[in-house]
Amino acid sequence: MRRVALAGAGGAAAAVLAALVPSLGLPQYYVSLLTQTWIFGIAAMGLDLLVGFTGLVSFTQAAFFGTGAYLIAILQTQYRLVAFWPALGVAVAGTVALAAVFGLLALRGEGVSFIIITLALNEIVWGLAYQWVSMSGGDNGITGFVRPAVAGVDLSGTAAFYRFCLAILLACLALLMAIVRSPFGLVLQGIRERPRRMEALGYSVRSFRYAAFVIAAGFAGVAGVLFAYYNQFVGPVNLSLDTTVQILIMVILGGVGTLLGPLAGAAVVVFVSNALSNLTQRWELILGAIYIAILLYAQDGLVGIGRRFGRAVCGTPGARGAAGGPAMSPPPPGERDGQA
Amino acid sequence: MRWCFGSVRLMLVLLLVGAGLGPAVPYGSGPGGATAAASTPGVLKIGLLAPTTGVAAAPGHDMINGWQLWWSQHGSTVAGVRIDTTYYDTASNPNTALTQVRRAIERDGVQLLIGPYLANEGLAIAPYAEQHRVPLFLPTVSADDLTQRKASPYVIKVAGWSSSLTTHPAGSWAYGKGYRTALTLGDAYAFAYESVGGFAQTFVEKGGRVVKQLWTPLGTTDFSPYLSQVRAAHPDMVFSCVVGADAVHFLQQWSSFGLKGEVPLVVQETVTDQSSIRTLPPDQVLGIIAFSHYAEGRDDATTQRFVSDYAAANHTLPSYMAAGFYTAAQWIQMAVRQVHGDVADQPKFLAAVRAVVLADSPFGPQRLDSYGAPVENVYVREVQRVPARYARYARTWNVVIKTYPNVSQFWTYSSQEYLKQPVYSNSFQGIAK
Amino acid sequence: MTFYAQNVLNGLAYGSLLFLIAAGFTLIFGLMRVVNIAQTAFFLVGAYAGLTLLHAGLSFWVAAVLAGVAVMVIGLVTYRVFLHRYRADELTALLLTLGVALVLDDGALAIWGGDPQSVPPPEGLASSIRIGSLVFPSYWLALIAMSLLIAAALRLVERRTMLGAVIRAGVDDEEMARGLGIDVDRAFYVVFAIGAFLAGAGGVLGGPITGAYPGLDGDLLPLAFAVIIIGGIGSLEGAYIGSLIIGLVSTFGKALFPELSYFTIFVPVAAIMALRPRGLLGRRR
Repeated sequence: MRRVALAGAGGAAAAVLAALVPSLGLPQYYVSLLTQTWIFGIAAMGLDLLVGFTGLVSFTQAAFFGTGAYLIAILQTQYRLVAFWPALGVAVAGTVALAAVFGLLALRGEGVSFIIITLALNEIVWGLAYQWVSMSGGDNGITGFVRPAVAGVDLSGTAAFYRFCLAILLACLALLMAIVRSPFGLVLQGIRERPRRMEALGYSVRSFRYAAFVIAAGFAGVAGVLFAYYNQFVGPVNLSLDTTVQILIMVILGGVGTLLGPLAGAAVVVFVSNALSNLTQRWELILGAIYIAILLYAQDGLVGIGRRFGRAVCGTPGARGAAGGPAMSPPPPGERDGQA
Repeated sequence: MRWCFGSVRLMLVLLLVGAGLGPAVPYGSGPGGATAAASTPGVLKIGLLAPTTGVAAAPGHDMINGWQLWWSQHGSTVAGVRIDTTYYDTASNPNTALTQVRRAIERDGVQLLIGPYLANEGLAIAPYAEQHRVPLFLPTVSADDLTQRKASPYVIKVAGWSSSLTTHPAGSWAYGKGYRTALTLGDAYAFAYESVGGFAQTFVEKGGRVVKQLWTPLGTTDFSPYLSQVRAAHPDMVFSCVVGADAVHFLQQWSSFGLKGEVPLVVQETVTDQSSIRTLPPDQVLGIIAFSHYAEGRDDATTQRFVSDYAAANHTLPSYMAAGFYTAAQWIQMAVRQVHGDVADQPKFLAAVRAVVLADSPFGPQRLDSYGAPVENVYVREVQRVPARYARYARTWNVVIKTYPNVSQFWTYSSQEYLKQPVYSNSFQGIAK
Repeated sequence: MTFYAQNVLNGLAYGSLLFLIAAGFTLIFGLMRVVNIAQTAFFLVGAYAGLTLLHAGLSFWVAAVLAGVAVMVIGLVTYRVFLHRYRADELTALLLTLGVALVLDDGALAIWGGDPQSVPPPEGLASSIRIGSLVFPSYWLALIAMSLLIAAALRLVERRTMLGAVIRAGVDDEEMARGLGIDVDRAFYVVFAIGAFLAGAGGVLGGPITGAYPGLDGDLLPLAFAVIIIGGIGSLEGAYIGSLIIGLVSTFGKALFPELSYFTIFVPVAAIMALRPRGLLGRRR
């Protein structure tokens, strides 16, 4: 119990510190980067629900992220809907509806089929963004929309928007933690480990996976909405395979199945790619190498490294966190996903 | 053996990271120092946005090479002001471009932005630059509307062009050549919509008819299904606007499917730009006509001096991106001289920029109209073999066969008349329906 | 009539190109259950390597083989150093190949630069053939033949050789095969090597059509996936037939409905996904 209280206090302290960042006198640029981190963190944590807790690797995250972003842009520029909450509601609803349809298609495949189908679906949405010029602006995307005022607070300033995104991030984190610890979340983890056994116990594996897929998409949609406001620009690049891969890398770098890990991963990817690109043209190579290194040597990602470091320093014989064991150890032969 | 491979793995990964960091030399001589203070007296901090990674990496390097050539020839101190350039990689991606612009303005305190390359990058960052009152110079972004309905005091196409500026004359020229029907083929995105739109508008206005319009997805490798439609439509000519790798594929297949020589082809300048033709065998490109604001083979002293200097420094012939940044540097130099180094007075400096008149440049004479778009020559150019002195850098280049002098973005229309119609897009191609 | 004849040939040629890319992909997946996301990156590196060899004066066919060998070496190193340990963990293997693709991508940009390059076809096949009003580049016709030959050769190896038997056994039931003393691990090496070789040589063979430019691998990857979805994962015949189907559907789609060009590849894919998720000839494992 004390450990939980300590963790809670630590989390609250971190949140307060984070909220204070814009007042520290740093160049606004770093505050902007952190804002980006919070936004991608939401998308990455949502993906982690799917990858880490349900054991499904999906390539559609960018499609949902981008859909959320485009819907907000279209609502504002074509339908003059500027008010935040209704617009958010419509955008997330639209994203979830899309996910509902995509989920039906994608979950007809198992394991690798699922992955490939999600990749194809992402490509379709991306192609739509290019082609449906009257809606999406085609390659040029949509510009010229403004950040709304929420509860009377004007969000056009960097600091105000930063805090707003931070608040949404914390809300999403809390929500995801609740989901993961709930009976639903535990069933997901069971499905990740032993799908056949769960089926035998009477759980409809497919329904749970479908639910996880749609929920993850919802978070991606929220992140997309925030990103549209952040950049005040939306383009097909937000839906591209590159973006999907970027979010996936954040999840893996940070630590699959840990929720906080993907947030850390988002920070690393955002800061490293921006800081590195100033130093060398080969920053993509370096990011690729770091990514490979994490996969090879630190499968539980940064969070895992952090835990081990913490244990080494503090000497606490650790029980593993509530998130469960490393999500990527292979299930024993005979229980592979494809044979469920 | 097992431990051996473990450490081999580790070594390889470290090698990769090292290989990346090793040549950690930023791309250029511009001091990349990130001093956060804006306007230091006697220094003009310029942020140059160019893609040095991603699909547009080659144009990005051309832009930087052109820019650096000018300053290395003329010194980077003008009227007591030191020109300090910091380079930002936009990675051929509008989101990255935005983040880089944020860094440039918020952290590095640049006073002036120049670049980027892609139209969507330019459109994404223009509102931000305006919001922060930082001038944005666009030598390569040709999006029509940035100097029409979206014109702003801060966005100026210095040494630049507009997509339809070069193609308006093409329709008129084609009709004059006797062509009465045309088929158009373009990449399915805004730059091509605008380029083809300019052609279609004037061609139809003269009395021609556009029998079919084909739009190919970006990244099309296989143009054969589209080329088969060319044959089926029997047009008098084809007008095309494709870019980058698509241009290379298109030209190759235009030739290998037997259309070259059979159907007259007229193109927007990006199709036969040096960056495309330098990789292709001459017989696939010789004789192709393009409309452009630049021709590296233009028989003019200023142009040829630029081309030979550039070739000596970079071992290839310059594309329009290189020429654009070279000339933009000249433009800025002239403006700084005009205000006697007082670049801190932004309105005065911008007024000076807009007042610059180049009697000659690698593009020919250039000046700006009241919307910030250039008024410049449009050349009808043809691909020919290079003269012997350039044989080791290229096989073919573009030579001028006709000049339309002092063309504005509105062609022969008045600006009010022109702005009544919407910007060219895939639903509006200027054709009166 | 010319229009249809032209597009049938176009479609077959494009499909044949797709097969060059998809063949190695499906081979590797079939036995090893590894989705090699780096497959199209291998293709790109093969094209660039071949280009360098061609500039050095070697003949087209020699360049194709050597490029294949070069990529095979890269593939073997990739496999041994990175993937071998995770051959039972498909997910990690897939993610690793993603990292390899990123590295190869940027490495190619660093070595060969960003200009789009064209790969010249071999001397004898550089011209076009005229049949009535139909003009067709002879290299594309040759590609159709080459692709068919490669498909036939692979199938021969699969059906008639010891290696093929081992591979088929491993695909059907890896545990059992191991239990019978078959060296499945060695078969993994061989298959990955063949897959990489096919990609590398394919880069040169397909080069006269695709060229070599940064981003080619990204453009081709969804196509490779589309072939696998339609043809069925793990089936070589499926990959060949799937490639030709996609080639034809995509070509006729673009020729008849050019406004829908972005979708002509993925509409058949979506249809198959909805109706028959394991593809036309896929195996149920």
